[in-house]
Amino acid sequence: MSGKAIVITSGKGGVGKTTTTANLGAALALAGNTVVLLDADIGLRNLDVVMGLENRIVYDLVNVVEGVCTYNKALIKDKRIDGLYLLPAAQIKDKDAIKPEQMKALVENIKEEFDFVLIDCPAGIEQGFLNAIIGADEAIIIVTPEVSSVRDADRVVGLLDKKGNIPLENMHMVVNRIRMDMVRKKEMLDVSDIEDLLRINVLGVIPDDESVIVSTNKGEPIVLSSKNSVAQAFHDMAGRVLGEDIPFDEKPDRSFVSAVMRFFGLAQ
Amino acid sequence: MFGFKKLFSGEAGSKNAAKERLRLVLIHDRASVSQETIESMKRELIDVISHYIEFDTNDLEFKMESKNEKVALIASIPIVSNKKSIKGA
Repeated sequence: MSGKAIVITSGKGGVGKTTTTANLGAALALAGNTVVLLDADIGLRNLDVVMGLENRIVYDLVNVVEGVCTYNKALIKDKRIDGLYLLPAAQIKDKDAIKPEQMKALVENIKEEFDFVLIDCPAGIEQGFLNAIIGADEAIIIVTPEVSSVRDADRVVGLLDKKGNIPLENMHMVVNRIRMDMVRKKEMLDVSDIEDLLRINVLGVIPDDESVIVSTNKGEPIVLSSKNSVAQAFHDMAGRVLGEDIPFDEKPDRSFVSAVMRFFGLAQ
Repeated sequence: MFGFKKLFSGEAGSKNAAKERLRLVLIHDRASVSQETIESMKRELIDVISHYIEFDTNDLEFKMESKNEKVALIASIPIVSNKKSIKGA
């Protein structure tokens, strides 16, 4: 059996790579798959705290690559969700402790035993980025509806193609932190604008919601702690990764007033 | 009711500015050509063309555009209608 490796990347920092990795992974595991979350952000490890598993780390990615232990020994099993595991990054200064070929071999190994390997990519486009993409079959590019994020995402699309050998059809984007109130006022890029600009298919749309901060504070994946629109967005995303045809919930929070305005042609 | 004027006039919000700016930036990023390079190319081309024909430098258009997945360099050089302006050939 061979699983699928998906890198979660963005170029720009702070757009939601780690949150997406954690919640997509949790949703895939809840759907009955075995999933390894691999934190490739060496020196700036964060997936462990977002998952609430920071106190259980014994070995890390660099230990595994250096042969100190097997990857199985370094995996932290999530006790809340069956089939979900974390391989934490090392918290060392030397970001180049891992070579691309070592990373590729490791991902290949994990793929033999698990359904999915989700690789949380560091921000930027340096060595850490190249290490994170080298073993991936597919890529999820996280973008927020801002000019800087869209621009960086476009750079990343080019690099995934050239340096990661990931074809365009295996790249998907997730639009994070969209605010429908601003989209309606035409003060924010909407999903189709970003699709037009980047020309890759959309895997998910996540509304901007404070529940994400609350769940991160607690170290609980939002798909476990909540049934709100954000949690649903991650479940839908997982469904699409599994090949299900799930329609996009178009404008979930349209109010009665805006519906009336629309009827009279006063708003879109 | 600050939003009302905008709703009635159909005035575009800031997202159109974002989209237009991004469209241009991405074209330049993808082609790895900066605005400065374009400007210097434009100056040299004007220089060469002006040896042969007379044209209106004010209405000159020189830009990069994305067409059918490909980036094209588009130059529009309006020739002055005056017949004696054709110096060459």
